[in-house]
Amino acid sequence: MSEHDHDHHHHDHDHSELSETELRVRALESILSEKGYLEPAALDAIVQAYETKIGPHNGAQVVAKAWTDPAFKKALLEDASKAVGTLGHVSRVGDHLVAVENTPGRHNMVVCTLCSCYPWEMLGLPPVWYKAAPYRSRAVRDPRGVLTDFGVSLPKETEIRVWDSTAETRFLVLPMRPEGTEGWSEQQLAELVTRDSMIGTGFPRKPGAPS
Amino acid sequence: MNGVHDMGGMDGFGKVEPEPNEPMFHEEWESRVLAMVRAMGAAGAFNIDASRFYRETLPPHVYLSSSYYRKWLLGLEALLLDKGFIAQDDMAAGHSVTPASPLKHGKFSVADVERVMVRGKFGRTAPALAKFKAGDRVRAKNIHPATHTRLPRYVRGHIGVVERDHGCHVFPDTAANDAGERPQWLYTVVFDGRELWGPDSDPTIKVSIDAFEPYLEPA
Repeated sequence: MSEHDHDHHHHDHDHSELSETELRVRALESILSEKGYLEPAALDAIVQAYETKIGPHNGAQVVAKAWTDPAFKKALLEDASKAVGTLGHVSRVGDHLVAVENTPGRHNMVVCTLCSCYPWEMLGLPPVWYKAAPYRSRAVRDPRGVLTDFGVSLPKETEIRVWDSTAETRFLVLPMRPEGTEGWSEQQLAELVTRDSMIGTGFPRKPGAPS
Repeated sequence: MNGVHDMGGMDGFGKVEPEPNEPMFHEEWESRVLAMVRAMGAAGAFNIDASRFYRETLPPHVYLSSSYYRKWLLGLEALLLDKGFIAQDDMAAGHSVTPASPLKHGKFSVADVERVMVRGKFGRTAPALAKFKAGDRVRAKNIHPATHTRLPRYVRGHIGVVERDHGCHVFPDTAANDAGERPQWLYTVVFDGRELWGPDSDPTIKVSIDAFEPYLEPA
């Protein structure tokens, strides 16, 4: 092993196979580690935490609870950070979460035109399309066209409200509860809540639809 | 700055193409870049506004042709070089060959990981009363700061309505340049689609931004 190799699974290739970007990333990590700025094991732990602790299952639980518990829904719409903070398992959300409710008359959609702001703690890391130019450029000007790209259409009279995440506030769309789910448990309902339905580029699954 | 990152309303980028069953990372190095940015930020090398600004200042052709995490890598390298945490000689050698600089919060270790998984707090005590309240008509100022700003070009000069008051927050325009947090009131301001995009706009769309008070004037 050369002196900058660490005992990690990502260092098991020969350098000749690596791309220019991979070489730069390894070099930078070596420099930061050798200068004593960080422990490589801490980087492993960060990646592992992102891979296991955050994801749209957190947001789905919040949505399902709002569908079944009117007091929670009211609290969520008034102060989402506070309401979500009462659910211990998703307590990483921080102070600036805002939940916005879809209704028959209004559909909400979230974008970050300037970079990639997204409610990580609720939905996980954003997908590539959310961070890429086509979505960021068009969502604020032609949201119906963007929805068409997702195979989604809304009645022509429905108001579309686009939330551009230009500050540290983060937006979570509360989609409408699908019909035919009367009497369902929170757990059953959470299975219907998709990531895109909480961004506003999709709807929850219908009962009986494949997941 | 009026950079290519400020994309709202631009044409020509094509369709949105969602990837079915997209993995969290497409290449392993992407996860290392994400972790390095989080770790160095938490160690006090820079704040979130500076890290955004350094990505925005990548040359336009580089910004547009680089993948998301490639932009993060290039921004991180440039930021650490500028702040003196690494040197060109280190980069050329692929190892540390120059002395380290002190980090505000010290070395980032495994014990610090849980801290980065909890979102930061950006709310601050109000230094002054709010100038606007929900329902007020406001105009987004026609300003073009040469450095970091969170006022997108597509709203500048346009009239909207204050919908929510989020309290006082760290001001990115100054925080990004080591000019202090200078907390400012933050409001959700809603614009009608036709106000932003003209009479041919879809009349059913409304667009909001979260605007810091210095971005707004009474209308």
